[in-house]
Amino acid sequence: MYTGNPEYGLVAMKRKHGKPAARRVRGTVLFVATRKGAWIYRADAARKTWKPDGPHFLGHVVSQLALDPRDGKTLLAAAKTGHLGPTIFRSTDLGRTWKEAVRPPAFAKAPEGQKGRVVDHTFWLTPGHVREPGAWYAGTSPQGLFRSEDGGVTWEPVSGLNDDPRYRAYMGDEQAGTPDGPKLHSIIVDPRDPAHLYMAMSSGGVHESTDRGRTWTPLSDGLDVVEGFEPGNLAFHDPHCLRLCPTNPDRIYQQNHCGIYRLDRPAKTWTRIGKSMPKKIGDIGFPLVVHPRDADTAWVFPMDGTTVWPRTSPGGAPAAYVTRDGGKSWRRLDSGLPKAQAWWTVKRQAMCADAGSPLGLYLGTTSGELWMGANEGGRWRCIARHLPEIYAVEAAELG
Amino acid sequence: MKVLIPGLLRSYTRQREVDAKGATLAEVLADLDRRYPGLRFRIVDEQDRIRPHIRVFLDGRQVHDLAMPVGIESEVQIVQALSGG
Repeated sequence: MYTGNPEYGLVAMKRKHGKPAARRVRGTVLFVATRKGAWIYRADAARKTWKPDGPHFLGHVVSQLALDPRDGKTLLAAAKTGHLGPTIFRSTDLGRTWKEAVRPPAFAKAPEGQKGRVVDHTFWLTPGHVREPGAWYAGTSPQGLFRSEDGGVTWEPVSGLNDDPRYRAYMGDEQAGTPDGPKLHSIIVDPRDPAHLYMAMSSGGVHESTDRGRTWTPLSDGLDVVEGFEPGNLAFHDPHCLRLCPTNPDRIYQQNHCGIYRLDRPAKTWTRIGKSMPKKIGDIGFPLVVHPRDADTAWVFPMDGTTVWPRTSPGGAPAAYVTRDGGKSWRRLDSGLPKAQAWWTVKRQAMCADAGSPLGLYLGTTSGELWMGANEGGRWRCIARHLPEIYAVEAAELG
Repeated sequence: MKVLIPGLLRSYTRQREVDAKGATLAEVLADLDRRYPGLRFRIVDEQDRIRPHIRVFLDGRQVHDLAMPVGIESEVQIVQALSGG
């Protein structure tokens, strides 16, 4: 099976004539995480009708519902309630039954007399490399990195990051980060090498490890910061979303608080490809999606980053933008989307693509609507509404 | 002793009232966690502090210190603080 999220490190495509062959979608599934629970939407073969399965964990704040592409049936749900501490729920039968993690992500106990940090919630889940079955990574708020070796049952802090004094400085103080807490996110495992990792911090920038997280190196050259702040101080860097291209794992796209970027390794300096976006739209946003079969194609969903940062669709007219040339040019995709008074916010994990041909795009809004962009975003329609605030949407194809 | 469980934790205990043992509040919570795995971490964080939206009452008085001694006949009540949507 294949998941449309390339950072899982699994590319289950057969190569044909030098390019990955598209597969006919047999059963597309969407995993939707919301502020009040999780839903699983199953499509027919044509992706025309969508049947909801849920709610799961009604009333729980679910940050992400992640499928393990290595077995196609294990699901992890990062959850908490308004009162209770965070946890991870785990299903090995695609959501029919769930068990709680025995030891969810938690920071190490601080020495006597020191304050110590506390995980407020797990924000981001990434399955490990295909050669490491059972391995998972979790990014939390406050910013921390955790790893599981047993499919999410128990979690250990990645001390090489969490306890590195340089990284504590990069993470900034308690006032740093987003209004609802700084987050460690966009954990990427290089599909060629399980020891090669990338991650990003909403207060702290982009970083790379080549030894499975024991040591880390900043990878934030070329990134802009908010006017008035010092770009040399990583605590002022706010990447929103990183995506690695499955067909070219040396290429990474980034949606940052300050623009859209691309990095082609082994280079270490990002290029701001968002400068070619229309000036009246700008290149600020949360999510970014890469094409599973074409490293030159990526989609963004711009938001208004002016004045007080509304974070809503510019001018109240939501639209995705696509590049098919690595960021040299962008085209607006809004057919079927509301044309006015639609003040949408789409969070960084709430936009994704399936693996079909033609590919389908999906997004979930904070106003509780789930939309599909058929034909690679060429035509949009709403497939579900009246959901709670949507935090994350993931697509997978199940055989 | 008796421990009163709020609705949001009954997925662990299946009951409103349970028994637990311990000479301190910390021991009582550890005993609860042995009987109902995972419950303690939902109300006490990894730095051994009661979570912000949870209140613990011992014989009718709110307590914050897990080292607080408890008696055999004590009643511990765990409640959630009133919060918004």
